[in-house]
Amino acid sequence: MTASEPESESGPLQVRGTVLTVRRIDAYYAMTLVAPGIAARFKPGQFVALAVGGPDTSMLLRRAFSIHDVRPDHGGTVEVVFAVSGRGTRWLAERRARDVLDVTGPLGRPFPVPRDPVSCLLVGGGYGSAPLFALAGRLRERRCSVDFLLGAASGDRVFGALTARRTGRSATFTTVDGSLGVRGIVTDMLGQVIHEARTDVIYACGPMPMLRQVTALARRYDLPVQVAVEETMACGIGVCMTCVLPVVGSDGITRMARSCVDGPVFRGEQVRWDDVGTIPFDAFGAPGWEPRARRPPRPGGDGGQAGAGPKSGGQHRPSSPSSPPNPPNPARRQNHGA
Amino acid sequence: MAPDLRTRLGNTELPNPILTASGCASSGRELAQFIDVSKVGAIVTKSVMIAPRAGRPTPRMAETSSGMLNSIGLQGPGIDAFLQRDLPWLLSRGARAVVSIAGSTVDEYAELAARLSDAAGVTAIEVNISCPNVEHRGQVFACDAGDAGAVVAAVRARTRYDIPVFAKLSPDVTDIVAIARACVSAGADGLSMINTLLGMAIDTETMRPVLAGLTGGLSGPAIRPVAVRCIWQVREALPDVPIIGMGGVMTGRDALELILAGASMVSIGTAIFHDPSACARILRELDDELARRGIERLSQVTGVAHEARTASRGRAGVG
Repeated sequence: MTASEPESESGPLQVRGTVLTVRRIDAYYAMTLVAPGIAARFKPGQFVALAVGGPDTSMLLRRAFSIHDVRPDHGGTVEVVFAVSGRGTRWLAERRARDVLDVTGPLGRPFPVPRDPVSCLLVGGGYGSAPLFALAGRLRERRCSVDFLLGAASGDRVFGALTARRTGRSATFTTVDGSLGVRGIVTDMLGQVIHEARTDVIYACGPMPMLRQVTALARRYDLPVQVAVEETMACGIGVCMTCVLPVVGSDGITRMARSCVDGPVFRGEQVRWDDVGTIPFDAFGAPGWEPRARRPPRPGGDGGQAGAGPKSGGQHRPSSPSSPPNPPNPARRQNHGA
Repeated sequence: MAPDLRTRLGNTELPNPILTASGCASSGRELAQFIDVSKVGAIVTKSVMIAPRAGRPTPRMAETSSGMLNSIGLQGPGIDAFLQRDLPWLLSRGARAVVSIAGSTVDEYAELAARLSDAAGVTAIEVNISCPNVEHRGQVFACDAGDAGAVVAAVRARTRYDIPVFAKLSPDVTDIVAIARACVSAGADGLSMINTLLGMAIDTETMRPVLAGLTGGLSGPAIRPVAVRCIWQVREALPDVPIIGMGGVMTGRDALELILAGASMVSIGTAIFHDPSACARILRELDDELARRGIERLSQVTGVAHEARTASRGRAGVG
């Protein structure tokens, strides 16, 4: 019974990760850790959870960060990007090369990628853009085209602008103060970029209000959208039940899904954005939920993912061939080992 | 020689006294990615209720110094899904299942006990009585000796004779010994202690409570001294009643502290959020702690802090 006996070949690991570098990048920090197993298993959109504060820490909860990049050097490295927003992230920013951290990952459901070479628009807010660059690489392998639309409060908070310019077919920036690109927020430019890039699929990561608006616009343009949500987590592995949000499953039932294992990537239209932070009255197990004829429980339980459609029949959009396939939910990894 | 850590829980012999704490390990599946669940003494499941439950709104959690507040609201799929999916999975992995149950009426607890007794493979039932009693103006069962005893009596009556029933006590009471006595008189085979303490945090930026549910259960090392005190008091009063101790155990040393106070088993809760392999690590550390002291069997040290000091090295009296 040791931490180094994982049950699954693709599941998360818990490792001692050695800090390679911590660098300041504009308003953010990027930390590179040597974590070979995690790097090998990584898929874009997944995250790591770091224990902070060292031995006997008074900070018990892990800090979750989406993985920005993995590289093969030193056997495999993982890079995360973060802003200093409290004691835990300040402690992380003060780490130096050769410090050792307790790292779990890769965690969560990755971005599904399309089967066909389609036009993909990657939308990022603040350092929410961090996971989009590895996704872009994966999409290009599939011969998809990649356009970037990144925004933040100011130019120094648009993470990865240079990389987006260098690697994207196009790169559009918005800043609230106008210090980079167009003055405004990403959703101001979304329609225009969709037209110009002839977008087939949207991927988005950033603050919840942005994801909500991107989803609304994607729906208006009848485009599939995959969002990586940001919810506060305590454990990152699906046991603490703190990071839940209302998500509509393929059966039309709303469940309080865990963003750490049922997400962080969801189809945008599955998330009940208006109800985030609440328990919708009709959610599974909520006061207004009615077990229709004592429906047998679905295997896999909370947060159904696969092939979810809009809740009401009225706006049903047949999934286009370009619609990214939903991989099996990693939360349902039931056939361990073997 | 490695110390003998075997522990009895009713008719089951556990390989060791380290358990998960209810609500911190779900039904074991997620932890199996990091540890071998069959090598933990037992998996204590998240509290199961009759019906599916969505829980409370978010934010549900706040980190505090050496602790955390949670206000999950017992989100879970209900007993049907538990029996169909979670319990068979635990058994298929060779794990021992201690099933925590929660209800809002005495009858709900009793029905859960009956359903679990009909299923094969339940090692023990832990009764989470820190729930509001809807038949008693929302008064928490665990805070009233009569209510606590009523739940335990109903559960014991509907539970198969060979499944031990443990009542999980709340420290938020004036006299925990009185509640413990009521539960034991009502038929509890053992006691689990402690549940979380009710706490609250306010965000000084927004100037509003952090948790959507306003108050939450405080757990983590911040509450360990409270756990030690409660276990001590109950062991002192009821020396023959087995105790599952829990409350802020982060290390093998911490587990030993609860054992010395009188626990014969120790549940690991919040530590799992910090370290998903905490149960395996704490078990190793406990083994080392005992070996280092030349202790051969766990039972040699259970409750030993109550014995009169024989060592010449006396403690300095404080207070």
